Amino acid sequence: MFYRESGQFKATYAEDSEIFPIRQDKIGIAVILAIAFLGIPLLAKTGFLSDYAFTAILTPFLIFSLAALGLNILTGYAGQLSLGTAAFMAVGAFASYNFMLRIDGMPILVAFILGGLCAAAVGIIFGLPSIRIRGFYLAAATLATQFFIVWCLTKVGWFTNYSSSGVITAQKIMMFGYTFDTSFSKYLFVLSVVSVMALLAKNMVRTNVGRSWMAIRDMDMAAEVIGFRPVRTKLMAFAVSSFYCGVAGALFAYAYLGTVEPEGFNLDLSFRILFMIIIGGVGSILGSFLGSAFIVLLPILLNMFTHFLDSSIGVDVPSGIASSIELMVFGAMIIFFLIVEPHGLARLWQIGKEKLRLWPFPH
Amino acid sequence: MKYITRIFLAAAVATVTWSASAQEQFIPAIDYRVGPYAAGGSGFFGGAIDYMSLVNAKGGINGVKLVWEECETEYNATRGVECYERLKKSHGGASLVEPLSTGIAYGLLDRVAQDKIPMTTLGYGRSDAADGRVFPYVFPLITSYWNQAAGMIKYLGDKAGGLDKLKGKKIVHLYHDSAFGKEPIPVFEAYAKQLGFELIKIPVAHPGNEQQSQWLQIRQAKPDYVILWGWGVMNATALKSAQRNGYPREKMLGVWWAGSEEDVIPAGAAAKGYSSMTFNTPGNYPVLDEIKKKVYAAGKGNLEDKGRIGSVYHMRGVTAAILWVEAIRKAQEKYGKGKVMTAEQVRWGFENLNVDEASLKALGAFGMLPPVKTSCLDHEGSGAVKVQRWDGKSWKAITPNWVTGDKAMIRKMQEEGAAKYAAEKKIKPRDCSKEG
Repeated sequence: MFYRESGQFKATYAEDSEIFPIRQDKIGIAVILAIAFLGIPLLAKTGFLSDYAFTAILTPFLIFSLAALGLNILTGYAGQLSLGTAAFMAVGAFASYNFMLRIDGMPILVAFILGGLCAAAVGIIFGLPSIRIRGFYLAAATLATQFFIVWCLTKVGWFTNYSSSGVITAQKIMMFGYTFDTSFSKYLFVLSVVSVMALLAKNMVRTNVGRSWMAIRDMDMAAEVIGFRPVRTKLMAFAVSSFYCGVAGALFAYAYLGTVEPEGFNLDLSFRILFMIIIGGVGSILGSFLGSAFIVLLPILLNMFTHFLDSSIGVDVPSGIASSIELMVFGAMIIFFLIVEPHGLARLWQIGKEKLRLWPFPH
Repeated sequence: MKYITRIFLAAAVATVTWSASAQEQFIPAIDYRVGPYAAGGSGFFGGAIDYMSLVNAKGGINGVKLVWEECETEYNATRGVECYERLKKSHGGASLVEPLSTGIAYGLLDRVAQDKIPMTTLGYGRSDAADGRVFPYVFPLITSYWNQAAGMIKYLGDKAGGLDKLKGKKIVHLYHDSAFGKEPIPVFEAYAKQLGFELIKIPVAHPGNEQQSQWLQIRQAKPDYVILWGWGVMNATALKSAQRNGYPREKMLGVWWAGSEEDVIPAGAAAKGYSSMTFNTPGNYPVLDEIKKKVYAAGKGNLEDKGRIGSVYHMRGVTAAILWVEAIRKAQEKYGKGKVMTAEQVRWGFENLNVDEASLKALGAFGMLPPVKTSCLDHEGSGAVKVQRWDGKSWKAITPNWVTGDKAMIRKMQEEGAAKYAAEKKIKPRDCSKEG
């Protein structure tokens, strides 16, 4: 009943090819954006949300969502398994830093875009093996990206401006004379970048490019036969995906951590982002956000829950054991969700939508 | 519904108890007890919490009790930042923060300056943060990596019979190929030029469980000393490879991250005779006995394995907590005894810390750590290190006195690094002559 599209007629071609063809979806997205852009700031103004919510929860959630989105374009839509996500993020972060450092009066957004483009270029180079190898073999090949980039950033002092500790410290985010230095303004900045890029991605996967990715993913031989050029398509996927990861990396450095070391972008981070899309839903924009929420927020919630038990109910658990239990519960929940819905949380929403369409009259 | 009400009630009660205990000095313990670095995290924070329990058992700091809350970071920068943000305002505000993780410390570098909360980084992090003019809120107390590297050369020089005897010698710097391993290279290079020894730099890729080619290189070079600047599994592997290649462990000198029980026990007999740097003198001290008697006997000890009391990481945690408590005590002297200090006041305490031999004796920790005296210019406060040797069962100090390298040279390098950071971040360094 709630999700019925009956009565919504498409009269023009433009209407037929809208990003969100169903009215309910349009309203839904508008509501989510309104909450994110207006509702949350209002809550912050009235004091319901503290700095903590922005800087520790919402900002990293959005940044990891963007990185997961980048990987989802490559793995979910184009079917190319990659373990180099964190490396592309590192390229984005270090390239943006160097553009800001070495060019006077560089606008920050341009630096981010250039950083993303650098990541895209690196992505194309390390995507070359995908022309010949697939699946797990490609994953192993992209592993090289991970190690090479981190090694390179540590090895070549120029990238870190010869910092003795081998770290970079992000410059201030300034636009049109306004400095984004509070956690709240950084949140809005990240939210704007992520919303625009997510909408772009949502649109992109419906275009010729997106369809060619899916064709390659589903059966590359058939895709080639019907006229998609596999080399171009795959490299395009690597470039776009790395661009997204690069921007996410730049945001990670500029709007979240401030000072980053190359070691911060290690294989561990790549795996975390891969788990995000596996749990959220491979081949789904929404899935990237859901997966990021799951991986970033769930451990924090678990931790808060044990603290809550500890402080209020008085269940005194030794901290070492508490931490281990948290980790075990987290692992068990991952397994549970994957057994219940192997296609990820996004698929759950899909099923929910189907149900809502018929509810309350299933027959 | 009933349950929800109950939970809310419980939460309300919890908040009330918190606000009622606002007369306590809050220290967040953002620690890590799971994951690959759990041994270090549980030992260090176990020691720190044990010492704070001891201070409370003895009546607090001039009557002010300490209160802490743990938060698991898993040595992950994102989790660490989350923990910091969650705890910084609870219990009336955090007095200080110590993440014991380079990645988290970097994530907090800007935040602590903005929130005006002092951060200690005992023995890790940016070496140039010792320049308090540029980093007013960061305290790499006791010794930074650079002063440690200088201490290493001084010790090797003494061992050879004088620094000038190092001329013509070969020293291998076998390092973890990361920012951590590369950090001391400028110091070693400066010394190599000054003293005329040959520095051979050999990197080991993370995690370092494969060192065949590196040790082949070492065997060919026949160095006089090997400095092991390692981390985690790399240390035990290096010791075992040294044994296999017949390189005497007596000529190997490790960084302090390569100098805990957890680093040498996995190497078994291969570790015997190996020495490493430390900022604690291993042994037993009155303060540790007191912890056993007043904390563990009362069932309040933090370590699950009592055998780890006095181990390298545990002692480092106790050392950290001693310095925190002394900073708070110092702040109370200026801003009012028996009062809860704000983070800004604790920062002043850290900057005017003067833990001399007399006060160490009073604390029952004489000889355990070097005297620490900080100032607005110098946030490190000491720069002294000790060398310890593993005899197969325990660590024993082999330098009777504290070792310090060329502090003037290191200071110059720190100032240069800090000035570059200030220029990049457009920070105007404080004028220390105006600080009270």
